[in-house]
Amino acid sequence: MGIEHRKLTNNHYNFAFLDEGSKREIRRATLKAVAIPGYQVPFGSRELPIGRGWGTGGIQLTLSLIGPEDTLKVIDQGSDESVNAVSIKKFVGLCTQVKTTTRTHEATLIQTRHRIPEIPLTQGQILVLQVPIPEPLRIVEAREEITKQMHAEKDYAPIWLQLYESLVKYNKVTIASEYPCMVEGRYVMNPSPIPKFDNPKLHKSSCLYLFGAGREKKIYAIPPHTEVISLAFDDVPFEIESFAGQQCRLCGSGNTYLDEVFDAQTGERFHQCSDTSYCKEVVDHAQ
Amino acid sequence: MAYVAVSGGKEAIEESIRLLDYYRSGTNKDIEIEAIENKLSLLVDRVMSEAGLYAKTYAALALKQCEGSPEEAVFLLRAFRSTLTRNYYTEVVNTEDMRIVRRISAAFKDITGGQILGATYDYTHRLINFDLDQENAAELKEHMHNMLTSQTAEEIHPCPRVSDALKKEGIIDSCEENNQPPHDVTMNMLEFPSDRSARLQTLTRADTGFISGLAYSVLRGFGQVHPTVGELRCGYVELYVPYLSEIGESIYIGEIMMTEVECFNSADDKDQLKLAVGYGAVFGRNENKAISMSVIDRELDAGGPHPTQNEEFVLMHGDSLEMNGFISHLKLPHYVTFQSKLDAVRKTRG
Repeated sequence: MGIEHRKLTNNHYNFAFLDEGSKREIRRATLKAVAIPGYQVPFGSRELPIGRGWGTGGIQLTLSLIGPEDTLKVIDQGSDESVNAVSIKKFVGLCTQVKTTTRTHEATLIQTRHRIPEIPLTQGQILVLQVPIPEPLRIVEAREEITKQMHAEKDYAPIWLQLYESLVKYNKVTIASEYPCMVEGRYVMNPSPIPKFDNPKLHKSSCLYLFGAGREKKIYAIPPHTEVISLAFDDVPFEIESFAGQQCRLCGSGNTYLDEVFDAQTGERFHQCSDTSYCKEVVDHAQ
Repeated sequence: MAYVAVSGGKEAIEESIRLLDYYRSGTNKDIEIEAIENKLSLLVDRVMSEAGLYAKTYAALALKQCEGSPEEAVFLLRAFRSTLTRNYYTEVVNTEDMRIVRRISAAFKDITGGQILGATYDYTHRLINFDLDQENAAELKEHMHNMLTSQTAEEIHPCPRVSDALKKEGIIDSCEENNQPPHDVTMNMLEFPSDRSARLQTLTRADTGFISGLAYSVLRGFGQVHPTVGELRCGYVELYVPYLSEIGESIYIGEIMMTEVECFNSADDKDQLKLAVGYGAVFGRNENKAISMSVIDRELDAGGPHPTQNEEFVLMHGDSLEMNGFISHLKLPHYVTFQSKLDAVRKTRG
């Protein structure tokens, strides 16, 4: 009764891991998502060899879309070298052998967690975002049954109320990342935990944004040239994170999203670009 | 510097994976898959049940690969399952035809078909048996084999359920057979309110610890309190798939071991009372999980203010893969979002 009789080896996995039927099913859900920007399309999320909550929604999108001609870039927190980015790239590489890159403009397919690259994406590129909690209304309503109804009725009063309460209490809108936005004036959407800094990049962009939530089994999309407006009041405009006066200690950029770094010995505080490939390109260009 | 900011993630991961082998390398002795399959069978059963894949050898292999961690083994089996094309659906199994190895009722002393105690740890004293350290596996196997072959086989008759008699009496509601295709939770997102088929599938794949804890909360007062196990049966059921070229014909593809429970609670029936049934069925021998499932099934039917009576609370939080995946993702870098959080906090502080 040994395993050897079953003739299964590590080389027997399909191109892009999932069976073709599953990939087609995911692409169908994706097409529906593109047709209804900002609407969360439920899908039969498959289990992957990577943990649920570690980007399995994004990976399923990537696996369903990728072909032998594609060039893949994977980033996590803006970094190509972050452990999870490396792990995902390694997995997709193992089951597809596609070309990978760290250069944003070379990639046809970019999978990301928590950031949109600094270099504007162009027509033909797809950015796949990993989403932990797709439901923007979850912070005001715990029950899926109710949030679905709220979307259907375009009942977004509770989330506006939350913004207002935060203004009254702290004099600021205190939502950090995952800042909700209105897509084409119809659906309020969670842009995934990107910083507010990246929200404007979603608006009328040239590329296709796809959002995949594996654990929560939802896919949604922002097709090119879609209107995406971060929620704000007329008299209190939307505000992004500020790094006033700070610049990257490596490339000197003062217009990028910066990570704060502490020097353990001196206790000094530095800033550096969170988008490591952008940072490197600026440094290389200067030399 | 931390594990994202600079390059080196790739090397770090590779070394980390190599280091895992260190933790399996403390002895010259290997643990054979056959041994895991046959000697840790309750663990294998638990893993198969939570994975939703009945494959003993693969479950044993998965357990070997991950130092015996149930959640990792479930993870491995589920990921493997995603690569398999689904060619057939088995026909509906009628558990009245179960080849029973154990059957008890806590509701009635005498039940049609009789009670069969079978194998259970319930009445063992939990004293560590130090002699096991020197056990001769071959001798044990031979001894058991001899014992079995010296006995004359008895024919087993299909056994009606304890609830059948109560249904005839009208105390338990009878219902039509529902032969709608089930809502397959592995192919579709769970929707609320959910179908009962979706609920039962989700519960049978749930983490054993999670639903045991939930069921315990019901018994302690956060629910309808103390149900009665009307019947617990454990045994083999035969599986058939439809034979494609001959309509109405089917092919026997094997048997699986399972545990099935019906628990009874009193329930409102206009101006009088009736009994209501909760149902549990799980892969393998896992009695507490099957009982817990039946308790939760009943709570969800009843509804009410307690956590176990809230469908979304119960069904969305018990999947081993989902809960352990999301909890473990907290270890991933969150530098960007934390920076954003810091920014928001600082801005309120002027």
